[in-house]
Amino acid sequence: MKIHEYQAKEIFAGAGIPVPEGQVATTTAEVVEIAESFGKPVMIKAQVHVGGRGKAGGIKYAENVEAARVWAQKILGMDLKDLKVNKVLITEALDILTEAYVGIVIDRASKAPVIMVSPAGGIDIEEVAAETPEKIFKLAVDPIHGLRAYQARDLASELYKDIGLIRQAANIIMKLYEIYWKIDASLVEINPLITTPDGKVIALDAKINIDDNGLFRQKDIAAMRDIESEEPAEVEAREGDLSFVKLSGNIGCCVNGAGLAMATMDLVKHYGGDPANFLDIGGSSNPQKVITAMRIIMREPNVRAILINIFGGITRCDDVANGIVMACEELKPEIPIVVRLTGTNEKEAKKILKSTNLEYGDTLDDVVKKAIKLAELEYAEAGRI
Amino acid sequence: MSILINKKTKVIVQGITGRDGSFHAEQMKKYGTDVVGGVTPGKGGTKVNGIPVFNTVAEAVKKTKANTSVIYVPPAFAVDAVYEAVDAGISLIVCITEGVPANDMLKAYYYVKEKGVRLVGPNCPGIISPDQSKVGIMPGNIVLKGPIGVVSRSGTLTYEAIWALTCAGLGQTTCIGIGGDQIIGTNFIDTLELFEADKATRGVVMIGEIGGNDEEEAAEFIRKKMTKPVVGFIAGRMAPPGKRMGHAGAIISGGSGLAKDKIEALNRVGIPVAASPTELPALMKEKLEKAKKARSKIEKRSTKKSTRKAKTKSVGKKIKVRRKK
Repeated sequence: MKIHEYQAKEIFAGAGIPVPEGQVATTTAEVVEIAESFGKPVMIKAQVHVGGRGKAGGIKYAENVEAARVWAQKILGMDLKDLKVNKVLITEALDILTEAYVGIVIDRASKAPVIMVSPAGGIDIEEVAAETPEKIFKLAVDPIHGLRAYQARDLASELYKDIGLIRQAANIIMKLYEIYWKIDASLVEINPLITTPDGKVIALDAKINIDDNGLFRQKDIAAMRDIESEEPAEVEAREGDLSFVKLSGNIGCCVNGAGLAMATMDLVKHYGGDPANFLDIGGSSNPQKVITAMRIIMREPNVRAILINIFGGITRCDDVANGIVMACEELKPEIPIVVRLTGTNEKEAKKILKSTNLEYGDTLDDVVKKAIKLAELEYAEAGRI
Repeated sequence: MSILINKKTKVIVQGITGRDGSFHAEQMKKYGTDVVGGVTPGKGGTKVNGIPVFNTVAEAVKKTKANTSVIYVPPAFAVDAVYEAVDAGISLIVCITEGVPANDMLKAYYYVKEKGVRLVGPNCPGIISPDQSKVGIMPGNIVLKGPIGVVSRSGTLTYEAIWALTCAGLGQTTCIGIGGDQIIGTNFIDTLELFEADKATRGVVMIGEIGGNDEEEAAEFIRKKMTKPVVGFIAGRMAPPGKRMGHAGAIISGGSGLAKDKIEALNRVGIPVAASPTELPALMKEKLEKAKKARSKIEKRSTKKSTRKAKTKSVGKKIKVRRKK
């Protein structure tokens, strides 16, 4: 799960990491009020779950209250990389001497949280990593013994020469590591970590991703979820315990298992079709899940055919078949549905589906090809009308 | 032959009184797995489908001599179940549970390693050695005994690949799902090493997916260490990019995690990657055929050499034999 910059900064501030003063606003009037209360230049920052906000025009400097009003009107409600901006963070604008990068991420290869620092922080950190990897310093921390103070100092010494700055940065790195463990993070990042002319080290930005698997014991963090900033279909899917990602094609896919769901999408593309979504109904065979899945898929107006591919293991094919029958009665789909059910209780499933007029595919390749053909026919028919 | 599990494997089921645990304990038993006990704290002394239940893993191990444990307990308790199994002296732990916090696994990983225990998973379908034993949730009716090893990060996609192999008459030594989580106990390389050492395994099917760079590392291992043919499949060519973890994810892995880069890495070391799981058997057969030809060439050469040697011996003269390259 992702949280917003302002939420991450609240966590930082709570742990003692210095951040610029700031407040959140949802309307231009609020922005103006906050800018007035600051009485000095401010930054206006779009709060959306996407990187590269500055380059996309979502972060602006406002010299005075009037400028803050103009930028607030532009940023609030704008589309930033397909996400609507509903909130902005207004912070004091600070004078910046240097910009560094500090991040901690779980690393599957070294099986450790890895701390990365770079003196070349800022908006081009990805290019820095790709073109001058020698400017990125990494430390895989032993997860059992934790981060030692000297290690944090070593890392901070890669950022600054001045001992005062090194001490401040080392302290920030230690606290960031504590936060990482405390909130079940998979990523905590400060980019940029700045120094000011008066010799202070400050986290100008904050990014935190939480491990979804840890949310059951992170009630405060889970409450930070901003449903408004997520795709409605993805929210509905999550509440129905499904995993769904919207794509732009016309063949709706309903599959059990993430790997098989991806492979099914890949095959749709391979045979010349275009998948409308990724949807994994998971391991359980609750018929209600199939109904929710079908409802989500059918809501997309450009879907021309639905492909259901189930390889029964824990999932029982007859349960899914019952779900399909119930979904057809409840939702009355007008587009063709192609089904392939194989594995546990396959025979029973075929009996249940006999009474319906659904198309059937025997193999993975077969069901994919049939779905593509039916979607094309639907288009041809739509053209005729 | 097989890897990790065989007829002698004695299994206990942690979380045997739960919905999944009881169902799959029975399924494993039906398949022929030697399920000797189950563990649920507070339910000791009862039975599930005729299988005795114990309060602790230590007690179960003492009474049953189990060497393997399969874990079906809920995610909040799964890591604890791993520690308990390690401390009770279990040598192979298969953790089926999905949804285990990754940071808990980071610590457990090192504990398991330090004690010399093998952990498979979490979030995996388990292991099956056809006609011998199954530990986990893979459907027993899709496998066939034979010469192919299967290793996969996925669940149902693994079944799809196994079923394709079985339909084509290519049986399996062992099929193993290593799990889809970031932090897993056994990775591709560990498994490939075991298949390389297993005499019965003639070739390996490896099924990867987007994210991380385990497939790239496996490709490098195969180039350096594997003599047996490997064919692959990578899921997620169509997956939308941008589902990665901020800047840091891209920086740390050193790779992109994209399907196309994984496919390229595998192709570069001579591993064909199927466009559909149904193409896997044909690719494998081709590879096995080539390997067989190469083997028979070597055998022919060596028989030629030995007959010449025999001749030279018989005439008692030293003749230099030029080796064909």
